Amino acid sequence: MLVLEGVGKTYRNGVRALDGVSFSVEPGEILAIVGGSGCGKSTLLRAIAGLDPPSRGRVLLDGEQVTKPHERIGIVFQEPRLLPWLKVADNVGFGLEDRPRAERRERVTKALTRVGLPDKAAVWPRELSGGQAQRVALARALVPRPEVLLLDEPFSALDAFTRVDLQDHLLDLWADARPTLVLVTHDVDEAIVLADRILVMRPQPGHISDEIAADLPRPRDRQSAAFDAVKRRVLTALDRSLTPVQREQEPAGAALWW
Amino acid sequence: MSLVQMSVSAETATSPQKRRRSWLSRLTGPALGLLLPLVLAVGWEFIVREGWASGRLVPPPSVIYATFADLYATGELQRHVLITTMRVAAGFGIGVAAGTIIGALCGSFALWRRLLDPTMQALRAIPSIAWVPIFVLWFGIFEGSKITLIAVGVFFPVYLGVMGAIMSVDRKLVEVGRAFRLSDLAMVRRILLPAVLPSYVIALRSGLGLGWMFVVAAELLGASQGLGYLLIDGQQLGKPAEIVSAIVAFAIIGKITDWMIVVASAPFLRWEDRFSARTEAD
Repeated sequence: MLVLEGVGKTYRNGVRALDGVSFSVEPGEILAIVGGSGCGKSTLLRAIAGLDPPSRGRVLLDGEQVTKPHERIGIVFQEPRLLPWLKVADNVGFGLEDRPRAERRERVTKALTRVGLPDKAAVWPRELSGGQAQRVALARALVPRPEVLLLDEPFSALDAFTRVDLQDHLLDLWADARPTLVLVTHDVDEAIVLADRILVMRPQPGHISDEIAADLPRPRDRQSAAFDAVKRRVLTALDRSLTPVQREQEPAGAALWW
Repeated sequence: MSLVQMSVSAETATSPQKRRRSWLSRLTGPALGLLLPLVLAVGWEFIVREGWASGRLVPPPSVIYATFADLYATGELQRHVLITTMRVAAGFGIGVAAGTIIGALCGSFALWRRLLDPTMQALRAIPSIAWVPIFVLWFGIFEGSKITLIAVGVFFPVYLGVMGAIMSVDRKLVEVGRAFRLSDLAMVRRILLPAVLPSYVIALRSGLGLGWMFVVAAELLGASQGLGYLLIDGQQLGKPAEIVSAIVAFAIIGKITDWMIVVASAPFLRWEDRFSARTEAD
């Protein structure tokens, strides 16, 4: 189980990016964190990944504190970040360097087949489309069989069709080993399609303002009424998370009008 | 005529022309570059043969070729080329080793950079020939001073290239290495080295170019053998054909050694998404 206890992050320049973030994620659960830009979602994810450890509070995986990148936690970034000097197969097998060659090759081949790119093994990353590259990045993160997979707006740079395709694909892959997924996104539809539970974040400093269950039956129909109902709740929560800032500005504006 | 028709007819009009141009350029591309030197050489040969000019100070191609062949036949050319190449090889080796190590230190660690880089930049500002007198005093008039001068020439482009390349490695790729928990050594081997390699090859090539430049300077200032000596010998004995022969030899081995670096590094750089690779493929 992944547990966050009062996680806060203050950057060296004094900016408070996160404050008092606490939640826990069950094994195999898919959790989405939504919020506007600059609300600290990525900072939170990087803290869980151990890339930027929090300045307050703790991240615990099965009771063990995470302070640096952990072998049971994988991450997919917003960009594919494939290593341009490795063929696609070697990129996928990047985290398996210490395994015997035969096992590595077998797991890489299987992973590439799972993401639908079996014929791209011997290709350079520069020859892939954006969607293909992100699939390879997904395969690279999944091949070491992490218990927790973190996704930092993984599909935001893709066009709408590719994005929907990859969302379905991600669920497919998740069903294989059922790792815990923590997904950061600003796309509400994406959050509802994928997640069991949605956390809404509010900025300055970043904290969790709402928690919304999205326990719709899978596979989820993006057009259904239940989907719309959840979407309305998330959007309302997001809206509320923005209003305090606007309300503060109103009196000042009114005074100036006089 | 509708817009669609117009665009279609425009396409059919341009495509054969385009094809012909690429066919023509493929055939004449390399040859085109030879046109100017060939015309000049043949023209000068003709002028001298007709007796319109003596060709004593500017020997015609046939005389240069004869001198070159003569130097080759006596084995003198090989001897000079060998000694010059040895000097460049030794100086290049020392310069590359020092430039790589110090460049890597300064590129990787801000403390080393703050400590060393200002001194390096100050030394770099010194015209390298200015070192010659003191190197002669320190290392003697024989090989020591020459090789040191060449090493100094090679050092700076390699140092700057390595430092700049390491400092500009994509932070996002380094982070991938961190996410996969690479050790420091594995990070260097699997992320930093491959990322740095393209700029390193360029640094080596410019270092080698400077190495050939400085070997001439070193040999001009006092040597009893080597291609630079051949230049001085040709000047003092009034044999311009010998000077030009030495220059031609410099051009040939300079090009060959540069080409060797390119060929040796090519297998490691096939992944590059280069502008030139795309234009070559077209």
